[in-house]
Amino acid sequence: MSLSPVDGVVLAELGAADSLVPVGAGDFVGRSPGQLAWARLRRDRTARVSGVALVVFFVVALAGPLIEKVYGVSPQAQFQDALDSFGMPLGYAGGVSGSHWFGLEPHIGRDIFIRMIYGMRTSLFIALAAAVITTVIGVVAGIVAGYLGGWVDTVITWVTDFALAMPFLITALAIVPTVTLRFYGPREAEPQSFRVIVLIVIFALFGWTGTARLVRGQVVSLREREFVEAARAAGVGLGHMLFRQLLPNVWAPILVAFSLAVPSYVTGEAALSFLGIGIIEPTPDFGAMIFRSIAYLQTDPAYVFFPGITIFALVLAFNLFGDALRDSLDPKSSR
Amino acid sequence: MARFLVRRVLSATLTLFAVSVLSFLMFFALPKDPVTGMCPKNCNAERLERVRQELGLRDPLVDQYVGYMRGIVAGRDLGSAQGGHCAAPCLGYSYVNSEPVTSTLSRVLPVTLSIVIPAAVLWLALGVGLGMISALRRGTAFDRLAIGFSLTGASLQLYFVGAVLLIVFVYNLKVVPVQHYTSMLENPAKWASGLVLAWVALAFLFSAIYARLSRAQMLETLSEDFIRTARAKGLAKSQVYGRHALRAAITPIVTIAGLDIGGALGGTVITETTFGIQGLGRTAVEAVRGGDLPTVMATVLISAAFIVVANIVVDVLYALIDPRVRLQ
Repeated sequence: MSLSPVDGVVLAELGAADSLVPVGAGDFVGRSPGQLAWARLRRDRTARVSGVALVVFFVVALAGPLIEKVYGVSPQAQFQDALDSFGMPLGYAGGVSGSHWFGLEPHIGRDIFIRMIYGMRTSLFIALAAAVITTVIGVVAGIVAGYLGGWVDTVITWVTDFALAMPFLITALAIVPTVTLRFYGPREAEPQSFRVIVLIVIFALFGWTGTARLVRGQVVSLREREFVEAARAAGVGLGHMLFRQLLPNVWAPILVAFSLAVPSYVTGEAALSFLGIGIIEPTPDFGAMIFRSIAYLQTDPAYVFFPGITIFALVLAFNLFGDALRDSLDPKSSR
Repeated sequence: MARFLVRRVLSATLTLFAVSVLSFLMFFALPKDPVTGMCPKNCNAERLERVRQELGLRDPLVDQYVGYMRGIVAGRDLGSAQGGHCAAPCLGYSYVNSEPVTSTLSRVLPVTLSIVIPAAVLWLALGVGLGMISALRRGTAFDRLAIGFSLTGASLQLYFVGAVLLIVFVYNLKVVPVQHYTSMLENPAKWASGLVLAWVALAFLFSAIYARLSRAQMLETLSEDFIRTARAKGLAKSQVYGRHALRAAITPIVTIAGLDIGGALGGTVITETTFGIQGLGRTAVEAVRGGDLPTVMATVLISAAFIVVANIVVDVLYALIDPRVRLQ
């Protein structure tokens, strides 16, 4: 490896900067770290590919109803005539055909392709909402704990330790039915939107600790820096200090943590649905689909592959993009 | 060191106390009347009432909690329907399983241990080994392959990998039996073949994460001055990499490994559900579903205890591995 990896990056940056922004000879154009990071991100092939893949996933999810119209099959329609007498889809690979691209579900006979499109909608919505909420809570808690220190820090650190010690899946298993029955009686139908909110709240309760720890660590190391001292000497208020002085300096790790949090909530939601406490039938969901497919591994092995591979591709795209983002935001990193 | 340990143990006890209070309250708030789950069918009102009395559900909440905790420390007397006296680590009596909770746990805990410990050995060896080698051979084909492996593994889901393993090795090739637990003391070969897919699935996914992490750590360490100094002094490569670099690079991995293993010991819920193995995790899930309060409480407490203990072990290991860390 090169003895001074930094040189290479700097040279590459200078070269790229020239090609990106036409600069008159001898002119120096100041660029913010954000602009530099953006330029690096745009030059990264992994970032471009995974970014495009993510855009496609989001467009597909957003355009769900439109796709349903073009495709001509509703996620709830059952095609019993395409199943044999055992309830298994006719044809090869779980009944893949021109009208059912990914085949049909055994026994129920619903179209897998359109159910996955809708599954992606719920999955991405929950994951994004949860990531935004946990990031906001985590950032506020982390900055406050890191800057104020003392007993505030002790309390917040202890609460994060405590949240880490609670077994997530089991606690979620207990919370979901409890909360549901508090709001809806045992006989009332629970609306899907309520379950979605409960899931987001559960992720919010457990998920903010990681970001809080990360931000706290960063802020602790910033606390003694000159600009903080200068701001304090100038007599700025606490809010200004936390969100105007400190926050801009920790954006990079927050952004990376956010981009890696989204896929973890995608998989977390699927895991909860896999255990039967996530999204409820008949709303389509990856985790619930995979759970149902476990019973058909012998008879209809194709069933598990479509949701399994889709969720893999989605998470992989997020992970790759998150990595590329980290590299572009961190001038020292080099893969 | 001693002072540090005392402080850590105190704070851990506080955490466990909070977990126990919270889970007690939470499961108490479970909408299902805990008694219906504990009294099988054809329960008349009179019998239900008797079960409530026996469980002490009529007592104030604080008394119930204190009674429960006293049972763990010193044992306590339960009603005759609950098997009379319950010895020292008494976690209550489960009407659903018709046995003391400790009996259920002593049956399922070895299962989870048998899943997690071999899997952890596999994933640590594979993950750290792969990460270290690919860091040393940075940019080679091996490195690229290892990166691909870890990216794939880090994005895959256990239930999916498990399903694929089941399809290939159990249903099609038929080289592995349907997964189930046999005691290792009884028949080691059956024990291994009945859990091997769970080990492989867990090891694959976890080692991917460890390979990624240890590669990054190793690269960072290799660029540090003390490595150059060690090489310049004329130390052999194997000495420098194997002792100096490895030791510095491995500390963050120890942290994560401790937390992962601690978490997994508290129940590999997804793994056990996918492969249909009855361990701690699946027992907990079923207990929640069936409203089996004493079992739920016990499983939550045990998993929390594993995590808390793992945290302490990690801190101590840190000081042992990295002489720069001073415990105070």
